[in-house]
Amino acid sequence: MSELKLNPYFGQYGGMFVPQLLVPALKQLEQAFVDALQDPAFDAEFQQLLTEYAGRPTPLTLCRNLSPNPLVKIYMKREDLLHGGAHKTNQVLGQALLTKRMGKTEVIAETGAGQHGVATALACALLGLKCRIYMGAKDIERQQPNVFRMKLMGATVIPVTAGSGTLKDAVNEAMRDWSASYATSHYMLGTAAGPHPFPTIVREFQKMIGEEAKQQILKAEGKLPDAVIACVGGGSNAIGIFADFIKEEGVRLIGVEPGGKGINTHQHGAALSTGSYGILHGAYTAIMQTSDGQIEESYSVSAGLDYPAVGPQHTHLQQTGRAEYVAVNDDEALAAFQHLAMAEGIIPALESSHALAHALKMAAAATEPMVLLVNLSGRGDKDLSHVHSILAEQSTNKAAEGAH
Amino acid sequence: MQRYQQMFNRLAAEQRGAFVPFVTVGDPGPELSFEIIKALIDAGADALELGIPFSDPIADGPTIQNANIRAMAAGVTPAISFEIIRKIRQYNADIPIGLLLYSNLVMARGLDNFYSQAAAAGVDSVLIADVPLHESKMFRQAAMAHDIAPIFIVPPNVDDDDLRAIASYGRGYTYLLSRAGVTGAETQAAMPTAELIARIRAYNPAPPLLGFGISTPAHVKDAIANGAAGAICGSAIVKILEQNLQQPDKLLSELKSFIQQMKAAT
Repeated sequence: MSELKLNPYFGQYGGMFVPQLLVPALKQLEQAFVDALQDPAFDAEFQQLLTEYAGRPTPLTLCRNLSPNPLVKIYMKREDLLHGGAHKTNQVLGQALLTKRMGKTEVIAETGAGQHGVATALACALLGLKCRIYMGAKDIERQQPNVFRMKLMGATVIPVTAGSGTLKDAVNEAMRDWSASYATSHYMLGTAAGPHPFPTIVREFQKMIGEEAKQQILKAEGKLPDAVIACVGGGSNAIGIFADFIKEEGVRLIGVEPGGKGINTHQHGAALSTGSYGILHGAYTAIMQTSDGQIEESYSVSAGLDYPAVGPQHTHLQQTGRAEYVAVNDDEALAAFQHLAMAEGIIPALESSHALAHALKMAAAATEPMVLLVNLSGRGDKDLSHVHSILAEQSTNKAAEGAH
Repeated sequence: MQRYQQMFNRLAAEQRGAFVPFVTVGDPGPELSFEIIKALIDAGADALELGIPFSDPIADGPTIQNANIRAMAAGVTPAISFEIIRKIRQYNADIPIGLLLYSNLVMARGLDNFYSQAAAAGVDSVLIADVPLHESKMFRQAAMAHDIAPIFIVPPNVDDDDLRAIASYGRGYTYLLSRAGVTGAETQAAMPTAELIARIRAYNPAPPLLGFGISTPAHVKDAIANGAAGAICGSAIVKILEQNLQQPDKLLSELKSFIQQMKAAT
């Protein structure tokens, strides 16, 4: 068998656990990626799209009012201001250019809440690619505005009713499609997970987040931050902001997983916090599973973090001790969501609210001066109706309790 | 895994090909599943290909996905699957039994433990749908240590390097894919040409059985005429189960009649 061009493993995690049929498609993608990295014309086009279309570089904002402790400064990397509303746009532009480079004309993608679907749809509209997006039937019901956005930009949205009808099943279905259509279609995976070479490609196409933030914070503070904090579902925004800081050993890297209703319940999405390893969607990594190896359903208030596995590089960073991973539950994330809106006039995505919630905890506990860098990976527009109904229900419950 | 060699020797003497049915173990429930697998043997199956139910079968189309869902809903675990297989082995000492499953079920038990349990249950071969050649080393070594044949897939887009590796690492039989995509009778087999099968056989791999989209006696006949050692049929069989879930007697009689027709085409 022919060798791979890049190492498919991060320590012992990662790999390419897919049907033999898909190996040529993954090798073709790896080859196109390796070639593209050495091609100045590819980089020039990617940079031009990022700057003139997507709006890079994004600002770094020092919070004026958010920090509960005068010793602590909280900076936010503003991926919420990127076109499309989240960091997702960065890497889909890169993968869309790779699709064209491979001579493929169609794109398959999966989406949970619809953010990656929207990003994929906009990149495909821009670059003239035909696009079909698998989305759980339940998620389609919950995320109508994003479904409409995708359709407006020309994407076909295909409901997935198999299994639980959520993100995990949408990935399964996209992989099934790809195994029949790889000759003409590229599978535009939405996060830094899945089989090699996706975790590497997605990191390389997201690492500008950390590169920019490092220069911006050096300019503002004259030194590196004490900690970099990002939410982790599959892990693309986190690996994007961590990548350039991994070699800076004095900087703590903290990934925040969705604790859902608590990591001692089964209703969470904190794969790294469970300490259980196995193979899902092509990679050996931290996953949520039964003792028999059946994959468990994840849960989070935030659809973008609702995934029962995590990208393999995060598992490696945790094992080597270079990064720490903590869990923040639904209620804490919802509180941080409201807190940022009130304090700074910024409505964050529920995903990013998990990272903010942890930064607020660290700030409250600090006894020495500290500079924190939080990746504000997306904006909260998509979450408004969801949060509105949760808050309305909470106030009804409170009123009912008060009446007793 | 010697049972495969014995089967191919017998078939060579008869100048016939192999017919290998697939079902998911435990579908639709443990007791009926045992009767179903016995019926496959009684109706003339040359070997068995058995799936272990898994939550995320990415190489399977809707028919086999539903079989996995039914078995899991009936509480069928890998341990119960091995128990059913053990009973099948007691029922028939000679028929080759192959497992077709997903890697996480193997990982969760630990490789050595998994292959040891499979061997104890009377399994002859293991095909892991999401372990390609590149990731196969530890799996095939554990398999060989327990005298279980590691099975490899030859897709239609195979290159010569992979064929060489498959011939060297595979035992028992070689799973030849008739087409791209996932399992299912919805998309018919695209019959590989006699030239392609001859090119594959030039590397002298374990005898190739053709699978994916095999749903009629004509498919079986063509596969063997073009040089395959036999054919594997899954979704068309599972559809018979699916359509007769409330009538076990009718299910078993229709199943036997279908297996007999398919075997007659070898």
